[in-house]
Amino acid sequence: MQRFIVLRLLQGLLAVFAISLIVFSLSRVAGDPLAAILDDESGKEQIELLRKQWGLDEPLHVQYFTYMKRLLTGDLGTSFKWDRPVAELIIERLPATLQLSAFALIVTGAIAFPIGVLSAVKKDSWFDTGGKMFAILGQSAPTFAVGLILMWIFAVQLGWLPTSGKGGVKHMLLPGFALGYYNVAAIMRLTRSSMLDVLDAEYVKLARIKGIPEWKIIWKHCFRNALIGPLTYFSLIFAILITGSVVIETVFAWPGLGLMVIEAINSKDHITVQAVVMLFALLYVAINIITDVTYAYVDPRIRYG
Amino acid sequence: MAAVTTSPEVTGVDTQQRAGRVAKVVRAIRELPLIPLVVLIFLLVIPAIFANQLAPHNQRIGVLDDAKLPPFWVSESFESRTVVQRADKDRLDVEIGLTNAQRKVERGEATILSGGEDGTVDPGDTLRFQANKGGSMEYPLGTDKQGRDILSRIMHGARISLMVSSLAILLGGGLGTLLGMMAAYRGGKTDAIIMRIVDIKLAFPSILLALVLVAAIGAGFTTVIVVIAVLLWARYARVVRGEALAIKQQDFIDRARVSGASNARIMMRHIFPNLVNTVVVLATLEVGHVIILESTLSFLGAGIPAPTPAWGVMVADGRDLITTAWWIFLFPCLAIVLTVLSMNLLGDWLRDKLDPKLRNV
Repeated sequence: MQRFIVLRLLQGLLAVFAISLIVFSLSRVAGDPLAAILDDESGKEQIELLRKQWGLDEPLHVQYFTYMKRLLTGDLGTSFKWDRPVAELIIERLPATLQLSAFALIVTGAIAFPIGVLSAVKKDSWFDTGGKMFAILGQSAPTFAVGLILMWIFAVQLGWLPTSGKGGVKHMLLPGFALGYYNVAAIMRLTRSSMLDVLDAEYVKLARIKGIPEWKIIWKHCFRNALIGPLTYFSLIFAILITGSVVIETVFAWPGLGLMVIEAINSKDHITVQAVVMLFALLYVAINIITDVTYAYVDPRIRYG
Repeated sequence: MAAVTTSPEVTGVDTQQRAGRVAKVVRAIRELPLIPLVVLIFLLVIPAIFANQLAPHNQRIGVLDDAKLPPFWVSESFESRTVVQRADKDRLDVEIGLTNAQRKVERGEATILSGGEDGTVDPGDTLRFQANKGGSMEYPLGTDKQGRDILSRIMHGARISLMVSSLAILLGGGLGTLLGMMAAYRGGKTDAIIMRIVDIKLAFPSILLALVLVAAIGAGFTTVIVVIAVLLWARYARVVRGEALAIKQQDFIDRARVSGASNARIMMRHIFPNLVNTVVVLATLEVGHVIILESTLSFLGAGIPAPTPAWGVMVADGRDLITTAWWIFLFPCLAIVLTVLSMNLLGDWLRDKLDPKLRNV
């Protein structure tokens, strides 16, 4: 087990290193970062000064090492666009993204588990078919389309909810659901199939013979065991949340990291882009490792595979 | 006598056989996922091929006078608002600013309902004007803010979607298949290196990678295809490697080697044909995914650049007008959802037919 964890950590480190290299080189290829903030009137000397100040006159690999050294000491650089330390910006924006993602996760669980369980219990009924359609639709609709259609129905036509911005729970309902829908589809399918497996198990038959009420069998005996399947997909769910949050924050003008990274990309603020993408990648790799290790703990076959 | 008794029997068997054959064909057609196929043919394939002939209007140049016309079933509607000196931004549904109101009356677009006895517009008057022009069959699905026909743009958008997805899958799938086969066949170091790269690639959220890539190379048709291909290849490599490893174990590969076939020949003539089903099913399953990726990138402004009528671009165009002109964003949204939905249903069906093992992928 220890060997597995160490191996997995090393792999993760390698991945993070490769990603940092890719992100760094790509954002430097993207064009002169100074071009975005200077106009024609800035003098040549001024440009040279800035270039030197930001270390842009050094060779690329030197820039990379300086960047990594700073990164490891927690200095993420200063954003061109906002003219503030990126670390500060991230700390300011991260809570909004986390809040929305957590809400989306809760929504996902609250919808996906009950429907998944009931679909399995009432297999092949109209409820099951309806659930399946709901899931297939969720996996076929891009997040921005779901967000905009929901916004149009509930905010514009019915006027029940605000169209955009950050505020109370009301502001979170539409973006939260739009962000969670894709995952609802995936988790629903997984819950249904693992519930179907569990419902056939011997101990469930025994519980029935003992005369335990059916609802208790379903929710206490079966559901708990069926949970393992969907939970192991957590890294996938997390990845979808990250990419989804970039889109949904743009659609609903939600002031989080996703919106920030889009704004930064549009204004060629490569320091901010690097920092945010690296943060997302780091989180993603970490969640991946945690998921794998948990899974290996639960299912020993993985460790030796 | 004998001939008389046998001939009806023979024809009976014959018709039975024919009936059996007909039934088989009927069953085969019935088993086809008809609705998704019909939707795909009419929404994606036909418009994509015949966009130039079928589209009623130019997809890039609109008529400004016809801007923001609703779809044909929406009739014109009128609104009454109170004229105020300066309209409050949050109350635009009940108020209208004085200057704006005067302009509307001068142009004859509005009538004064009450308080306009003196013939001029004053604050406090009620103004009645046309809120929406009526739709017509001239533009069946309405027009956007530049007066371009939505239907024509959706048709040309289908062409973009089809082209991007087929080219990206061809490129990404081809690369992935090749690398997956190499990894399985060569084994050892080649395998280790390729699979490590796959792991790294899969350990990175795809949209973000795409955004950074597009920001680096600059948005455009070729960029989008390359970027999506870069996102796709890893999954192919992983699945194909698994399949190819199993095929490599079989006897006929050893026999081919004994009979002197070269490595390239074994890969192309003996391993690849056994992978075709898997590759085709994966490709079908990926089309929907690619259309979603492309439209998301275009929506975020990092995909197909603006004047080209990609569906994602059209949705982005209509986003700001969601309160006043819903048809601009809604129809391209529906086009994406319906196409991807049908493609996914078709892919599921094909997988169950050709390669049920892939169900867990």
